[in-house]
Amino acid sequence: MPNFPMRQIIAGFAILLLLIVFPLVISQPFHIHVMILVFMFGMLGVAWNILGGYAGMFSFGQAAFFGIGAYTSSYLSIAYGINPWIGLVAGGCAAALVAAAIGYPCSNLRGHYFAIASIAFAEIVRIVFNNWQLVGAAEGLSLPMQNESFSNFLFNSSKLPYYYIMLAFLLLSLAVCYFIATSKMGYYFRAIKESHKIAEVLGVNVVLYRLMAIMISAFLSAMAGTFYAQYILYIDPGSVMLLATSIQIVLISMLGGAGSIMGPVIGAAILIPASEYTRVALGFKGTGMDMLIYGLLITLISMYYPEGVWKLLSRLGRQLK
Amino acid sequence: MNKAICLKVEGLSKRFGGLAANEDIHFSVEEGEIVSVIGPNGAGKSTLFNCVTGFYKPDRGSVFFYGKNITGMRSDRVCNLGIARTFQIVEVISEMTVLENVTTGALLRYRRIKPAMEKAGEILTFTGLYDKRHFLGTELTIADKKRLEVSMALATAPRLLMLDESMAGLTKVELREIIDLIRKIRDKGMTLIIVEHVMEAVMQISDRVVVLNSGKKIMEGTPKEVCSDREVIQAYLGEKYSALVK
Repeated sequence: MPNFPMRQIIAGFAILLLLIVFPLVISQPFHIHVMILVFMFGMLGVAWNILGGYAGMFSFGQAAFFGIGAYTSSYLSIAYGINPWIGLVAGGCAAALVAAAIGYPCSNLRGHYFAIASIAFAEIVRIVFNNWQLVGAAEGLSLPMQNESFSNFLFNSSKLPYYYIMLAFLLLSLAVCYFIATSKMGYYFRAIKESHKIAEVLGVNVVLYRLMAIMISAFLSAMAGTFYAQYILYIDPGSVMLLATSIQIVLISMLGGAGSIMGPVIGAAILIPASEYTRVALGFKGTGMDMLIYGLLITLISMYYPEGVWKLLSRLGRQLK
Repeated sequence: MNKAICLKVEGLSKRFGGLAANEDIHFSVEEGEIVSVIGPNGAGKSTLFNCVTGFYKPDRGSVFFYGKNITGMRSDRVCNLGIARTFQIVEVISEMTVLENVTTGALLRYRRIKPAMEKAGEILTFTGLYDKRHFLGTELTIADKKRLEVSMALATAPRLLMLDESMAGLTKVELREIIDLIRKIRDKGMTLIIVEHVMEAVMQISDRVVVLNSGKKIMEGTPKEVCSDREVIQAYLGEKYSALVK
């Protein structure tokens, strides 16, 4: 387990300070928007990593949890005027319950089979929401304009509050992941990742710990979903429940470094700007050049650093000592 | 002196389709004993282990651990009660260091990492792997992997330890070491059941031997009795071996 040396703590605080100051110096909204996306996908990556990187359950259905979070808080807000902060927790709980309901019957599925089941699950959720009149079906939900305030989780005049809230969410998810990785749960997750057989023979209640992994992951993903809804103020199944989003979450985590605490954040910090800026710079030409470059980057990382960029960084860090 | 009965197996049967892997097996193990289970390949030794430790559900019969019926109990709960085991094909957590592997086992009895890790350190000193505690599971030789697996099993603080072919494929020196280790474990008051093909070792360390053939128990007795039994010789040991014993 990481036994943080002084140098790492200082580096961590320096980066955090930079991130806090960043939007005060760089004022163009687009750059701030990209950073918000980095934090959001970083958080989704961290949530995936708890499930996939630590417990070895390769979920390709994280968008379902993200969407359930977005829908729960939005629907509660529109239909009952419930505060989005309460909706945030409600969304997390709803996603965790759904995760438990689907995770329990999948208790014996490992590897590819779990991945397939997770895709099927997420697609079913998407199709249900696409046809569910109560939640706007394919038209989705538009959140009403309210006075901007922290308690309303709504800000019109500036992206800054969103930036800081998402940064705080990301830090929270990292704290959760750190706590798991350095506790009994983390050890048991890693045993389960190796094989159910070995976990059982060491006295691990495999079904229970797998449920915990998937519920925690779902809760955090749903928090990001509520954030997204409050940020964009419009959601539909085509934007918050896409398979493409689920795959992007896996890519970010794997290329950043699955099974390490910071890996997914590094992955998001590389892939999200790469995707956004190439799109802005080249996307308008309609030639698909932006996707080509993005794809090339992914190919290069998976060819040369299949264990993730984080492994490379920590190796470099060790050599510097 | 009457010792407590550690494990009691009564009429245990397990079928796989048309194959009777275990058929009406009876035996019991006293506390502090070393009992070997021998027999040719496919005799049902590993099936027996799996039925006792909850990896298979027996079709008929019962298993009692210190009087408690554990038949068909989930394997992690069996472990929690105090039966630890190793596998014929060695199982360690490849992405963890030796110390972390054993710590994972110790976490069954400790809630926090630190005391579990201290316990793991003690066990590694006991099993002689402490110097390699920072190696990854994958970096070990087969002999060390088997030793690690035993360490992990010990970390769960069992009262009964079941070793499935811990000696297969080892050199003479390694064999010597593992036999010493098994004796040391017994001296700590643990009961052991071992599945083994290495007869030299079986003869040396066993208090009693249970012989299986085609799913049935054909003989039970002291190593000496078993070696001179005609049926055992025919089924498993071979004439040459019995000649050697005499």
